[in-house]
Amino acid sequence: MEFRKVFCEELRKLMLADERIVILDADLASPNGTMPLYKEFPNRCFNVGIAESNMVSIAAGLSSYGMIPFIFTFAPFATRRTCDQIAVSLAYSNQKAIIVGTDPGVTAETNGGTHMAFEDISVVRAIPRVMVYDVTDAYQLKQAIPQMLNYDGVIYVRVPRKLYADIYKEDYEFTLGKSDILKHGNDVTILSSGIMADIALKTIPYLEEKGIDAEIISLNTIKPLDEKTILKSVEKTNRVVVIENHSIIGGAYSSVAEFLSTTRPTLIKAIGINDEFGQTGKYRELLETYELDEKSVSSKIIEFLKKAI
Amino acid sequence: MNQLIQTAKEIRRLTFECIASFGSGHIGGSLSIVDVLTVLYFDQMNIDPKNPKKENRDRLIVSKGHAGPAVYATLAHKGYFDKKELYTLNKIGTNLPSHCDMNKVPGVDMTTGSLGQGLSCAVGCAVASKIKKDGAYIYAIIGDGESQEGQIWEACMFASNKKLDNLIVFLDYNHCQIDGTIDQVVDCGHFEERFKSFGFDTYSIDGHNLQEIKDTIIKAKQVVGKPHMIILNTIKGKGVSYVEAMGVKNHSIPISKEDLEKALEELK
Ligand SMILES: Cc1ncc(C[n+]2csc(CCOP(=O)(O)OP(=O)(O)O)c2C)c(N)n1
Ligand SMILES: [Mg+2]
Repeated sequence: MEFRKVFCEELRKLMLADERIVILDADLASPNGTMPLYKEFPNRCFNVGIAESNMVSIAAGLSSYGMIPFIFTFAPFATRRTCDQIAVSLAYSNQKAIIVGTDPGVTAETNGGTHMAFEDISVVRAIPRVMVYDVTDAYQLKQAIPQMLNYDGVIYVRVPRKLYADIYKEDYEFTLGKSDILKHGNDVTILSSGIMADIALKTIPYLEEKGIDAEIISLNTIKPLDEKTILKSVEKTNRVVVIENHSIIGGAYSSVAEFLSTTRPTLIKAIGINDEFGQTGKYRELLETYELDEKSVSSKIIEFLKKAI
Repeated sequence: MNQLIQTAKEIRRLTFECIASFGSGHIGGSLSIVDVLTVLYFDQMNIDPKNPKKENRDRLIVSKGHAGPAVYATLAHKGYFDKKELYTLNKIGTNLPSHCDMNKVPGVDMTTGSLGQGLSCAVGCAVASKIKKDGAYIYAIIGDGESQEGQIWEACMFASNKKLDNLIVFLDYNHCQIDGTIDQVVDCGHFEERFKSFGFDTYSIDGHNLQEIKDTIIKAKQVVGKPHMIILNTIKGKGVSYVEAMGVKNHSIPISKEDLEKALEELK
């Protein structure tokens, strides 16, 4: 299912039961799929127009009244454009909101460089009280949404609007803040962020061909990191690869490196965007351009393991 | 004027072909500014397509950067680059990403796409032009939906405070944004009074009447000590009846071969 459909359906259920929930959009309600909620809950859905910073501070006011705002806009506008409002109106003021930044990284596709946020995680991760959740698949998102209500702080949810690969099955159980071991292995720990889980899983045949038995973990939240699971895996493999649809500065790789460098120094290979800007293209084309497709990723891992003995 | 009318038609054709070559894009907001682009590039602006970075040139910043295809069609028709390039729009590796890009496209004076920023950039250019005393005019085109961004009004306050009479701004008042009409989303009515109260020399005209656009620019240039705001009353998708009829739904749409044929037939 499309991620935006999941959001709309789950929020609909929650809004029926919980009057605190309010929806905020900035003229992207149709692309982000929240439009049906406006019909059903006209008093709790607000389209503020093209005014993202305004929207975030409005959310803070709503929150101070005990409401729980869900804010929707494209990832660059949800973070870069509204950074100070997130920091001061929301986080520093101890308010609560869920900020949904859609089409992060290469999933911005043909909206091109201006819309392609590779630094959205870096921007918000440094702000205290902000949780960063890079959504892995639709089954997971469905379970995550009700849990979001319970977090005392700001959650930045990084999620494409449309359809991406399913990673989990219907019976999967998710706890927001925890990672998932997608495959057990002994030779290297591959940590994937968000939809890059799909790419990580697709490297398996390439790695097996070289006799590499990888452990694959989907991080899910970049902040907090599921330190226990990561550490346990690294104790076994001694080598880590992080794959992210984000700049290697300030995102999943950085978080993992910050954690491991002080707890258990380990060689880490970063596979992400190397301090570059985005550009226009389709998802697959962009993966190839930035060498984030399974073939490029596999050969980088193989090279890394040759050196990192 | 007949010549200009033909030019506008040709630019509409090229804009449509350009977007059709990719298969989808921001057709509505592109077509609504073709007439002002025509008057600027083919009548008013001091520019040289052979020397896009010419000193003392007039500049245009299209703050509603998603109208890139119309800007590129205009520039190609003016001779800034080969028209064939238009058919690479938005494809991987292209020099023509659909949002205006100053580093990739000769003739584009500022990169835009994140709404609300371009007008402030134009204000910066207008200040620099005053410092350099180069006699240039700085033009900007903003959207009506875009004007919901606070930054637009911050730019306006500063522009009038600094008496930037070399700044000529056009508001593409097509009454549409993504989620509905402007009135449905956040009513921004009384644009003329608002800009006037922000210290602008204001006009409200038919944004598809080339003569009126030209006359108004000439008139605005006579007014000293104030920045100028020309409100263009426009139709989103202007020039192609089926696109016009879609109204708010024509913001960014797929365009098939058949759609293109239909459009070209009308733009003959
Ligand atoms: C800061 C920012 N927020 C949101 C968007 C997404 N967006 C692109 S076009 C658009 C609507 C623009 O409406 P308007 O300014 O009226 O343009 P026009 O009708 O001329 O196409 C939106 C919301 C954006 N590009 N930048
Ligand atoms: Mg508009």
